[in-house]
Amino acid sequence: MKPIYMDNNATTACDPAVVEAMLPFFTEQFGNASSIHSFGAQVGKALKEARIKVQNLLGAAHDSEIVFNSCGTESDSTAILSAIRAQPERRTIITTVVEHPAILTLCDQLEKEGYVVHKLKVSKKGRVDLDEYKSLLNDRVAIVSIMWANNETGTIFPVEEMAEMAHEKGIMFHTDAVQAVGKLAIDLKTTKIDMLSLSGHKLHAPKGIGVLYLRRNTRFRPLLRGGHQERGRRAGTENSAAIVGLGVACDLAQQHMEAENTTVKRLRDRLERGILAKVKNAFVNGDTLYRLPNTASIAFEYVEGEGILLLLNRQGIAASSGSACTSGSLEPSHVMRAMGIPYTAAHGTIRFSLSRYNTAEEVDRVIAAVPPIIAQLRKLSPYWSGEGPVANPDQAFKPEYA
Amino acid sequence: MWDYSEKVREHFFNPRNSGPLDNANGTGDVGSIKCGDALRLMLKVNPESEIIEDAHFQTFGCGSAIASSSALTEIIKGKTVDEALKVSNQDIADYLDGLPPEKMHCSVMGREALQAAVANYRGEVWSDDHEEGDLVCKCFAIDAVMIEDTVRANGLRTREEVTNFTKAGGGCSACHEKIEDVLIAVNGRLYNSEPTPKKAAAAMPSESPVKPKLTNYQRIRKIEDTLEAIRPMLQRDHGDVTLVEVEGKKIYVALSGACQGCQMESATLGGIQHKLVEALGELVQVLPVGALANH
Repeated sequence: MKPIYMDNNATTACDPAVVEAMLPFFTEQFGNASSIHSFGAQVGKALKEARIKVQNLLGAAHDSEIVFNSCGTESDSTAILSAIRAQPERRTIITTVVEHPAILTLCDQLEKEGYVVHKLKVSKKGRVDLDEYKSLLNDRVAIVSIMWANNETGTIFPVEEMAEMAHEKGIMFHTDAVQAVGKLAIDLKTTKIDMLSLSGHKLHAPKGIGVLYLRRNTRFRPLLRGGHQERGRRAGTENSAAIVGLGVACDLAQQHMEAENTTVKRLRDRLERGILAKVKNAFVNGDTLYRLPNTASIAFEYVEGEGILLLLNRQGIAASSGSACTSGSLEPSHVMRAMGIPYTAAHGTIRFSLSRYNTAEEVDRVIAAVPPIIAQLRKLSPYWSGEGPVANPDQAFKPEYA
Repeated sequence: MWDYSEKVREHFFNPRNSGPLDNANGTGDVGSIKCGDALRLMLKVNPESEIIEDAHFQTFGCGSAIASSSALTEIIKGKTVDEALKVSNQDIADYLDGLPPEKMHCSVMGREALQAAVANYRGEVWSDDHEEGDLVCKCFAIDAVMIEDTVRANGLRTREEVTNFTKAGGGCSACHEKIEDVLIAVNGRLYNSEPTPKKAAAAMPSESPVKPKLTNYQRIRKIEDTLEAIRPMLQRDHGDVTLVEVEGKKIYVALSGACQGCQMESATLGGIQHKLVEALGELVQVLPVGALANH
């Protein structure tokens, strides 16, 4: 049976048109864009076109605001480290507890080095409290970094409004938008966002290419210094093939933006409704009113996610677990914990993230596959008995060393 | 993504002895919901013969937790209670052809469930001394609590010392920063890794003039006795060592089993060398048998 891929928030397949556009840049178009000769000039021209395509997707005012680099993580690190280096007198960073590790791990390190990091808490729905946010804005803050959309739940944050609030206080604003770009309409020139991170492989471009959007006149310190590439803001020979691929992917994302928010959204909703209709003691995580159109995070109570994934995988279905167990850490996902999801549900959370390549038939196959898997695992669970959870689950099973 | 053996997969997909057990007379509930792994083990023990006639489990946990539970019930069925208590977590992991380092705690949980269920059967109270921290060294499955305790107990100051005492950091070296974090947390600062003054050096028997010189025969016997004393330690980790040749100050040994090709091979040889230097009262060099061939 054809495998079903529903883990597009982890990474996406390269669009065939992207691959096709890239191929010549491994062979005849191998030149270094910085060279004077014609080998270089042709590549330089291709990079310029790609830059404009990225600019268009982001709604940036100038193509020189697009800085190509290697990945979303590099963009995140560049943004935060630039802000604190350019403003050494400001030693506070504001972010949220549900950011990607690309932000959180860096912030933890900066905290060790003496910076003050405020992580905004989130509600059960995953929303931040804008009053709390407002109270933290002052002239000691170097940068605010808030994700546009959460990778695990798809919850969308009001970054445009938060950027305005930061701007009023003269504070730089960065957003990690790797999950949002290509799924939500973005028009940066009408916002106060100073920096934005984009990752190619989340929108059907290859891995190893990222973008930092850097608003004109934003004070900046490069992460990598060296040659004059990217106007000296990111040294290192351009990954020309991947940049060209990203340009094509941005064009395609623009074309499919509406389908993403209608067709893909309908598929996601059908998947969610289909599963919840057949599986009891299951619920959707996150803010169902404000979230990405492709993401469904479903908590299955009283079972653990890895088992679900192993059984799905056996049927050729690829999804991912909200539980971090699979990534070597035993604690459940920091996002689920931050939203106050109980351990017995947080560990059983599965994220299905769709793309324009998924079909209704695939959705129906997943809807058919999930209920027996959950039933099978619940049969093994000490919290489950027959058709439902045991009475007072927390009392009935209280393992030692909690 | 999952580095599970066939056996683990097989026990996960087709778990043995799952679900409640009627007339169980020994039950153990262990694990941690926070960590996402918890297990109830139910035993039916014949009070006359003390033989475990049936064992069932219910597990909330990942694939390897379910497989470990299933394996445990298969291992202990038919054993007497006393025999079953001898089953170690390594036995459970071995039965499954090994577990990834991040998942070894699943086998530990199995063993603890067994102790708890037997205690329950005997009407005793089982108390757990289990404390598990974040996994630091993935090569040797050493967690932060273990490192912290060892650092405190032995007054360790450097990453090298931590590796010598716990093996942590002796493999791929990716966790060295985390080990340094533990050292800073315990000692309040990080000491340079210059060798700390070695008491051992002063006490080196080779310095002692009263030591009578050994005959060749006595010397080789001494080497053999020393290796014999080391072997049980290596065997515990499924390895072994044998003496191959002695050429003056060079002692050639063959490492076998798990020691062979292990990332810690040089550390193991270093440890053996240290013991031999102590025993012989002279400086010798311990080399792998391969070095003899190149010789």
